[in-house]
Amino acid sequence: MCDIERILADVAGLVQLIDISHFLIPHVGVGGAVEAREHVELMPLLKFTLIFLAGIGAIFGIGLAFAAKRFSVKIDPKVEQIKEALANAHCGACGYAGCEQYAEAVVKNPDVPPNLCTPGGIRTAEIVATITGKKAVAREPDFARIMCQGGWNLSAKKFNYEGVQDCRAVILAGGGDKACRYGCLGYGTCSRVCPFDAITMTHDHLPYVDITKCTGCRKCEAACPTKVIEVLPASKLVLVTCHSKDRGADTKKNCQVGCIACGICAKVCPFDAPSVTNNLSIIDINKCKICGLCVVKCPTNAITDFIPQRSKAMVLENCIGCMICMKVCPVNAASGEHKKMHVIDQAKCIGCGICTAKCPVQAIDGTFNAAEVFAAAKKKKAKAA
Amino acid sequence: MSTDFAKLFELILAASLINNFVFTRFLGLCIFFGVSKRMETAVGMSITFTAVMMISAALSWLIFNYVMVPLDITFLKIIVFIGVVAGFVQASDTIMRKVAPALFYKLGIYLALISTNCIILAVPLINAGEHYNFIESLAFAFGSGIGFALALVIMASIREKLELAEVPAPFKGLPIAFVITGLIALAFAGFSGLIKL
Repeated sequence: MCDIERILADVAGLVQLIDISHFLIPHVGVGGAVEAREHVELMPLLKFTLIFLAGIGAIFGIGLAFAAKRFSVKIDPKVEQIKEALANAHCGACGYAGCEQYAEAVVKNPDVPPNLCTPGGIRTAEIVATITGKKAVAREPDFARIMCQGGWNLSAKKFNYEGVQDCRAVILAGGGDKACRYGCLGYGTCSRVCPFDAITMTHDHLPYVDITKCTGCRKCEAACPTKVIEVLPASKLVLVTCHSKDRGADTKKNCQVGCIACGICAKVCPFDAPSVTNNLSIIDINKCKICGLCVVKCPTNAITDFIPQRSKAMVLENCIGCMICMKVCPVNAASGEHKKMHVIDQAKCIGCGICTAKCPVQAIDGTFNAAEVFAAAKKKKAKAA
Repeated sequence: MSTDFAKLFELILAASLINNFVFTRFLGLCIFFGVSKRMETAVGMSITFTAVMMISAALSWLIFNYVMVPLDITFLKIIVFIGVVAGFVQASDTIMRKVAPALFYKLGIYLALISTNCIILAVPLINAGEHYNFIESLAFAFGSGIGFALALVIMASIREKLELAEVPAPFKGLPIAFVITGLIALAFAGFSGLIKL
């Protein structure tokens, strides 16, 4: 017995030692109330307890019920339906903070168009239009374009980087390991961030955007630390894929496919679309008719043609021999005599589509814009009739 | 109510730095780890928390000193404080939805989380135990809000950088966050003894 008592006493002593400094444990004694009394009157105590708890419960309950009634917000069931129809990627492409906000805005505000959900596409636009009673116009899709063609084999590096293989980390190391500070770093942040798996990295460490999967949600645009990704309308198919604002001589040293601001594109363009500012050529997408001439003429191949295969032009039988196509052709592929059937040299033709557009009787077919031109002409004839 | 500003300043300092609720008392860890993943959620949570904390402390103080002490039912303080906080949070949720929808979109999601925060119970209990007067309770609550905000912001900035680092697989996510919290708590232990509370 003695031993056990001694052991217990030792343990108690140890516990007192371990009892850490007082200021860490708040003393919550209330002195003078029930805990400190020697004799407690039970009945009045219970009475007060019950009255108090019941009272406070009742007050809060009534208060909350009243608040719920008075401050109730009617949730439109349409908003719920629309929320289900949206793509719910929470990407922000519609311009609102979240899918719920867009659903509410499109129901409440008559000016908000129903086709803003780009990942949802046409199906979502139609459903939203049906629910809200608005007209759904098919919106032209946007695609992400990488404004740099300088893969690791084509461009120089400043130093050897050995660190976290993420563009956002590389940019912290002295602005990136690429010699050109405006270029794509190639460590694959965009491909990781894309929620639709539309971006893959080529073996040359350049991102490739699969336009069948890209929805224009702009997540890659936001994640890219060098801001080399631009989300543009799908119809803008000829772009200067370079952001380098360095002088031409420096750009040439850093990268084989960079824009050296030579101005040849501006000189040859029949529509005056490219302009060179800050040692970089930028194509005005409103003027550009995607003829692709600058692509051919650019000495460093800095301009990319996003039309995969340009089919060449050919003259149809209703040619009246007016020689207009010969005047407008930038590569002199059209030839022929006055009032005789013209011919287009398939070897010279670059498929720019200018002659197709300019032919007064639509006698040229085969280029990418042929269908559009014919449809427009038909409409004009129907209107005139 | 003879309080000089020195005592109030001491209280704020004590609650935010010396006995930081997260790093010294290790309260409110559930919310702390959940919300500190990104900076914007951390900032939103700290603002909401400070506001709710101050109002709850005020309400609890009033109920405690004017109802419970005269009636001698102070042993009910834990239940009553939690009831007050839950009721207040629910009421403010309902009212904010109608009155300030923009504010509700930004901060409303944190309101429901706050009622599960241990700190929201600890502060009124300490106020009751230490017999603070009204202004002192408010100052203490404000200090606890600032301390929580400090803890959240420090943790969020570290965890954002942590996403880019190579963490061994068993440590990814919560385990490394716990280790970091321990290290920061070690650093905060340097504040102890600054003021004798």
